[in-house]
Amino acid sequence: MDTLYDLTVHAALSRLNAGEISSLDLTQALLARIQAVENNVCAYLRVLEEDALKQARYADQRRAEGDLSPLLGIPIALKDTFSTKGVETTCGSQILRGYIPPFDATVVRRLKDAGAVILGKTNQDEFAMGSSTENSGFFPTHNPWDLTRVPGGSSGGSAAAVAAGEALAALGTDTGGSVRQPASLCGLVGVRPTYGRCSRYGLIAFASSLDQPGPLARTVADAALLLQVIAGHDPRDGTSWPDAVPDYLAALRADVRGLRIGVPKEYFVTGVQPDVEKAVRDALNVLQNMGAELVEVTLPHSEYALPVYYLIAPAEASANLARFDGMRYGLRKEGATIEEMYARTRGAGFGPEVIRRIMLGTYALSAGYYDAYYLKAQQVRTLIKSDFDRAFEQVDVIIGPTSPVTAFRLGERTANPLEMYLADIFTLSQALAGIPALSLPCGCDAQGLPIGLQIAAPALHEVRMFQVAYAYEQATTWHTRRPPL
Amino acid sequence: MEYDAVIGLEVHAQIHTHTKMFCACHVMKDTGDIPPNTYVCPVCLALPGALPVVNRRAVEIGMLTGMALHCTINTTNVFARKSYFYPDLPKGYQISQYDLPLASDGYLDIEVDGETRRIRIRRAHLEEDTAKLYHLDDGRVQVDFNRAGAPLLEIVTEPDLHTAEEVRAYATLLRTILVYLGVNTGDMEKGMMRFEANVSVRPRGSTLFGTRVEIKNLNSFRSLTRGVEYEIQRQSALLDSGGVVEQETMGWNESAGYTYPQRSKEHAHDYRYFPEPDIPPLQLDPAWIAAVRAELPELPTERRSRLTTQYGIRAYDAELLAADRALADYFEVAVKMGQELALAPQDVANWMTGELFRLLNEANRPITGCRVTPEHLIALLFLVQKGTISASAAKKVLSEVFVTGEAPNTVVKRLGLAQMSDTDALHALVAQVLDQNPIQLAQYLEGKESVWGWFVGQVMRASQGKANPTQTREILQKSLEQRRSSQS
Repeated sequence: MDTLYDLTVHAALSRLNAGEISSLDLTQALLARIQAVENNVCAYLRVLEEDALKQARYADQRRAEGDLSPLLGIPIALKDTFSTKGVETTCGSQILRGYIPPFDATVVRRLKDAGAVILGKTNQDEFAMGSSTENSGFFPTHNPWDLTRVPGGSSGGSAAAVAAGEALAALGTDTGGSVRQPASLCGLVGVRPTYGRCSRYGLIAFASSLDQPGPLARTVADAALLLQVIAGHDPRDGTSWPDAVPDYLAALRADVRGLRIGVPKEYFVTGVQPDVEKAVRDALNVLQNMGAELVEVTLPHSEYALPVYYLIAPAEASANLARFDGMRYGLRKEGATIEEMYARTRGAGFGPEVIRRIMLGTYALSAGYYDAYYLKAQQVRTLIKSDFDRAFEQVDVIIGPTSPVTAFRLGERTANPLEMYLADIFTLSQALAGIPALSLPCGCDAQGLPIGLQIAAPALHEVRMFQVAYAYEQATTWHTRRPPL
Repeated sequence: MEYDAVIGLEVHAQIHTHTKMFCACHVMKDTGDIPPNTYVCPVCLALPGALPVVNRRAVEIGMLTGMALHCTINTTNVFARKSYFYPDLPKGYQISQYDLPLASDGYLDIEVDGETRRIRIRRAHLEEDTAKLYHLDDGRVQVDFNRAGAPLLEIVTEPDLHTAEEVRAYATLLRTILVYLGVNTGDMEKGMMRFEANVSVRPRGSTLFGTRVEIKNLNSFRSLTRGVEYEIQRQSALLDSGGVVEQETMGWNESAGYTYPQRSKEHAHDYRYFPEPDIPPLQLDPAWIAAVRAELPELPTERRSRLTTQYGIRAYDAELLAADRALADYFEVAVKMGQELALAPQDVANWMTGELFRLLNEANRPITGCRVTPEHLIALLFLVQKGTISASAAKKVLSEVFVTGEAPNTVVKRLGLAQMSDTDALHALVAQVLDQNPIQLAQYLEGKESVWGWFVGQVMRASQGKANPTQTREILQKSLEQRRSSQS
């Protein structure tokens, strides 16, 4: 019973369905694990102990009544970016301290409808701006593989929670790599779906044209199951795809024969940690040995992804975060004039990285600079997207590293924002192109820190991405490793 | 020096859709007694994570308006964020349209002093309304978000207007069209239309543009014309005295009647427009545009000319009737009913623009829901035509029907207003009047024709006004002739 917290979602479901365990057992095991390790990991902003137990009992009752909902009784953690009805939601920011949404984000509603037990809200970089969870407005989260290191970000709390056995799976959000990069650093499967595949309604916006919710899990099958539940059209989100969601689980076949795998030369450059490059090359060999064909492709505008991203995302953020004005909810610092109130509220409520990005974005949209920055960035974004369109004419998926490095030390990159931005160098262009990509474990470095393999597919072709990931996972054992916590 | 003014007008018109521009909240059609902050939801309160979804009907009404203003309907529509901080703007940006508006390059022909002038429309676009602020005496401000997110149409002219009269004519015609299309009720007091005017002056004959001043909060036709007139005078006087017009935004103080500076060019907002990433570009399917075009009703100018040509009524009456779609509809329904009874359309028009308008104005009520139905009006006119009641009695009947909604026949009976058309009774009455007034009869028979009118009056009085005047004249004439022949 002690290691119930270590189960995959699928394993837990089969034991629940067999009547070997109850959701209450499972939830209690996870709460006990949280009790045991949370002080060191600091993955959660809020643990909903009482509510989780109530949901677990209710799930057990539903199962007894023959309910077969896909996630019935499965304890899951949510990044604090997701609005949760009646539960404080801060998006990692002091400015939203005490804010209690009156509604659930659509993906949260779908998880609840599927029977998931919500364990709590996880830590994150403030407003999802960061790659280490050190920009949290509350406290940093530690990587369960090495507590002196970061879990990645911005969904670092969700990743650390799953890696540490504090949740069976979790939801994060990915704007420029915020699910895939922490998945890579924490040895998990992390999925960024096609832009528009999941509803953004109720997800506190960072950059609207880039934000997507995505699952973090221990296996490809678990991640596919979670995506199956949360994906689909939402009339409340005008950017969500109306297309039907395919059966992701049915597509999980350990067969890659005849599949063409694109290997972009731009992803194997100096700056990539040698053992990361080696692990990725080894993974490609595994797939080749299973019958896939490796094809070198080029994504010539990759080098512009970083500047393009750091114009578009802050520009959108500068408007998205304007609503945090102290008027209707969250923090308010009184002032003698309305301008003073705005300045004091926002000055006190936002952390330095958020302020930096609001300023960057405001500048990029300003009269006289718009054409040179925002407009130009949008034009280059189109070129980045065309790179992928052309590459996918030749290949079925594109594979490379998720992160150029394994988990770095807390504080190592906080002094230099640009160095922090480089942590997402390989995850930005897929986000800009709006295509799906996932990260899954493919090795470890000399210190035993996990390395992630990134698999990208054309828009709405998540099935293909899952198929390759599943085949690789079945042929290797990296996903069975657990941190020494 | 003599100056010419160059004026462009921006009109914000509320759109009366069922729900708001980007959410499912009700649109307040009346400021009425809706408690503050009741028509609100996460979207229009800008709660974190809420997203806008475009109201399809608002787009259709925008298209209809664009078509009525002879605009090109742009098949690619892009919404944009207009950023500024103010407590009435919950998101910190307004969703509007910038580069690719719904409609562009149209015109409206206005008539001033009998001359037709074409005013070009630069664009018409959709946006959302702001919340309403209430400034309390103690300095605090309260915000009511009921109006926040309600759909608005912004209609912008080219600088083609030159006088306050033209501005008024344009605004009035635009209002008529908007009401025709059902965009809103046109009630200025309830803020259905709000104006901003860009005014500059230049020496008469010059083709260069002067420095432009924007006047805000012009919320009635009166404010609009006064504000524009004031600004033209102010700028002309300033230039005459050797001054320079500053590019700035002015407010209008209606009670004191002057414009005052609000914001100088240096302090102009940088709205940092950029395409709204939450709303994909809206592609208008040609079939959809065609379906909306089929909805386009006949517009006031066209209807006015048709009313004169089709029914032969006076141009002035046609203009009065065509100014309100419901009035014109009422008129046409009534005329159609009156056709079988051989009632003249001009008579219908006369009664509408005369008595009925007077009653409506006195009661401050619109034609819609008026208790005098077209059936009632026609029945009444028929009673007059038949001679059952006199014209003056008909006015009395109309005002009764206006209040009670009874059939005119019922009112005539109830008030005993039927004319005396009984020939025998009239003969007796005439004989009685002649017998009772021998002196006047003698005068008449001696050739004093002017007594004729006096006799008519006496018969009418004797009948308490019920005598049919035509019949009375005929009988009186005959009776007098008889007396003349019997005398000789």
